[in-house]
Amino acid sequence: MSSRDQIFSAIRKNKPAAVPGVTPDLSVVIGYPDLLSQFSTVLTAIGGSCREVASAEDAKQFIASLDKGTFVIDTTAEHPSGLAQLSPAALASVDTAIIRGGVAVAENGSIWVTENEMVNRLLPFIAQQLILIINEKDLVPTMHQAYERISINETGFGVFIAGPSKTADIEQSLVIGAHGPCGMVAVIVRES
Amino acid sequence: MKVALFIPCYIDQFYPQVGQATLELLTKLGCEVDFPLNQTCCGQPMANSGFAAASKDCDKNFVRNFTGYDYIVGPSGSCVLHVKEHLKDDKHPEETIHIRKHIYELSEFIVDVLKKEITSAVFPHKVGLHNSCHGQRGLGLSSMSERVLPAFSKPEQLLSKVKGIQLVKPVRNDECCGFGGTFSVFEEALSVKMGKDRIKQHEANDVEYITGVDVSCLMHIEGILKRQGSKIKTIHIAEILNTEA
Amino acid sequence: MKDHATLAEAFIQDEARTNWHDETLWFVRQKRDKAAHGLPEWEQLREWASQIKNHTLSHMDSYLEEFERNALANGVQVHWASDAAEHNRIIHDIIKKKGITRIVKSKSMLTEECHLNHYLEEQGVEVVDTDLGERIVQFRHEPPSHIVLPAIHLKKQDVSDTFHEYLHTEKGNNDPTYLTRAARVHLREKFIASELAITGVNFAVAETGGFVVCTNEGNADMGTHAANVHIACMGFEKLIPKASHLSVFLRLLARSATGQPVTTYSSHFHKPKPGQEMHIVIVDNGRSNILGKADFRNALKCIRCAACFNTCPVYRRSGGFSYHTAVAGPIGSILNPNFDPKKYADLPFASSLCGSCSNVCPVKIDIHDQLWKWRQELTKAGHVPLMKKIMMKGMAFVLGRPALYRFSGASARWVLRYMPFMVKFKINPWYKQREMPAPPKQSFREWYIQNKKK
Repeated sequence: MSSRDQIFSAIRKNKPAAVPGVTPDLSVVIGYPDLLSQFSTVLTAIGGSCREVASAEDAKQFIASLDKGTFVIDTTAEHPSGLAQLSPAALASVDTAIIRGGVAVAENGSIWVTENEMVNRLLPFIAQQLILIINEKDLVPTMHQAYERISINETGFGVFIAGPSKTADIEQSLVIGAHGPCGMVAVIVRES
Repeated sequence: MKVALFIPCYIDQFYPQVGQATLELLTKLGCEVDFPLNQTCCGQPMANSGFAAASKDCDKNFVRNFTGYDYIVGPSGSCVLHVKEHLKDDKHPEETIHIRKHIYELSEFIVDVLKKEITSAVFPHKVGLHNSCHGQRGLGLSSMSERVLPAFSKPEQLLSKVKGIQLVKPVRNDECCGFGGTFSVFEEALSVKMGKDRIKQHEANDVEYITGVDVSCLMHIEGILKRQGSKIKTIHIAEILNTEA
Repeated sequence: MKDHATLAEAFIQDEARTNWHDETLWFVRQKRDKAAHGLPEWEQLREWASQIKNHTLSHMDSYLEEFERNALANGVQVHWASDAAEHNRIIHDIIKKKGITRIVKSKSMLTEECHLNHYLEEQGVEVVDTDLGERIVQFRHEPPSHIVLPAIHLKKQDVSDTFHEYLHTEKGNNDPTYLTRAARVHLREKFIASELAITGVNFAVAETGGFVVCTNEGNADMGTHAANVHIACMGFEKLIPKASHLSVFLRLLARSATGQPVTTYSSHFHKPKPGQEMHIVIVDNGRSNILGKADFRNALKCIRCAACFNTCPVYRRSGGFSYHTAVAGPIGSILNPNFDPKKYADLPFASSLCGSCSNVCPVKIDIHDQLWKWRQELTKAGHVPLMKKIMMKGMAFVLGRPALYRFSGASARWVLRYMPFMVKFKINPWYKQREMPAPPKQSFREWYIQNKKK
């Protein structure tokens, strides 16, 4: 008997009597009077920063005003062809990545980013700075509403990103910038 | 209301004053109290050490002694919890269930069953309350710091009515003192370290007394306090509630 | 082998360091409390999580089939391992077949459980652990002492010394930011060069055939997206039925673990990137056996948040190594006896049964009740020191006989009163650091008969 069959037969023999499933009742879940301010407060608290702008044009101007270093990859605009195939070694010198985000979650400051938007899966992780552009209308209160809005398998890879990479593995001292970005900015566009 | 007084073995032998205070208090509150004379132990020391199967005689003796009462009340949250959760006597299943359902720790009995408050007690001292784990987390005598539920405390509710008392909460209000039954001897170093830390938290409040609903925790804390030559004394909640002007 | 009590006693010898360890972890517990109290529905969330896991355990076979079907359709290769040895062999085969030498691994408690690194080392294959804490302990040839905070037993001076030795950082520079930056440079080289990345799995989703990996550092993503082969290892109990269930677990996981509202990265893997191979190794290693034990199967609900470690007054004061196993803490004490009851017979006794672990558990595992039940099981199976057995049987004999109890009680009080030297000596573990209670003249019963009995 293969290991697979062995495991299945042991599970079938040993599993408990059927227990019904549960559908969470979202009416008891926390809500926030002002999603944007909640999102911004949390994101700031976890080491990110947040900038609210009126339009896509304003977003461009704001991003242009930021110090982004010399090697910038902006997947929301024209980007190097073959970005998807760019080697880790080449990507290692990216100073700033600019990527469009999807649903943003007020309770925890996270933003859903899929493979379509990042183009290269390594990009949002390997860049020194990460800028995510989102729409205010994509803000939801909690993860429950977020998962209602997304299909996790719409692309081969998707990630909720909440602020810059961090660690507290040395004596519980928080250090921003572990392996991934040392800084993360969410640009929130009010009009769609 | 026929109440049987359950005085756990180590209280019987080493802390008779706690039994006396409990008896007097219950009598003052209008209960008809009886002390079954052949009681010994709830069996917890053996069961918590993995020998529940060996404490059958203890269980049988407990059922024999405590059958036929409306309520069973004891001044020890831990022993009461053990009886509630584990008392077993296959020959007397109904009596066993009745006992398990009607056994109470003293402070919860006063608050939940008698629904009374004690206004006669006077204790003009600074006191720290030790929340014993089995009373708190096991019997639900008070809310727990881990849970997101409304705050309450039955022992505090009673103590707050005592004249002159100044109740102070330590940091880590409901951390274990490290007694843990036979844990106190089989994990001696840890047990004592936990006890010392608990004491430090109360010392920071400059308390004169540490009180609680479990004599076992207090016995452990007292043992360390005495070895340290501390001025802080331990006193069971029944002894405070039984004071008079 | 030394047991928990002995190892704990040695740990406590350095009281200042014990206090520091305790305070550091208590701080994490407080952060968890703050995060939990920020959600009025916290207790409801725990209940949902518990019910989803109970439901999944009771339909494990059909959900595993669904997961496998969907994962295969996504282009992922699925492997099944009955035990640790098979898990290690499967991974080694993939490495061998491709002639891979550069391997990075993010945190996976399963690979710790299977001692994968050790196995691969024996085959001449080096694996670089990329979680900062794990890299630190790997340099030091130590196992992790905590499943979420692997290097929590170390002070920054210790890390500084280790990095000075291996990464040539300045001697005596203990600044956590400086040290983290040094590791960042070192590990980025490893990521960029890596051919294969091994990760754990936090949650696998039956309905989509995908899996979620959570990190704060981004090390799982740096590894997997840089390498051309990704192997994800999971115990089968990581499965949940639906994508929507992830909301419940992701809301609980980081809040319970570190008090963060969510981990920095919650990465959802479904298909390999173009040109990449993605493998999932699904491991049993005793889990199907635990599934059959009504008293203990609840432990399979664990999501490895380590909240029970941080709240445990015993863990905080004895350190992870006192549990002499990969998964320490209260959850380790109820999981490990399943694997080797004799070797881990001491662990269920390394607890005062205070119950705080069960209260913080985000999936409502009845940890302290299981500790109690394990004590009975292990005693029944004979994994108990002879002295303890004699003591307990003796106590049970006396306490089951009222007359004998009264005689013994009176004798004990008499001895304490008149011959205290008989009990007050150092090998009495009570007396070593504690006074005995002062023996009263009368027992309560004697007083009662004299004064109250009608």
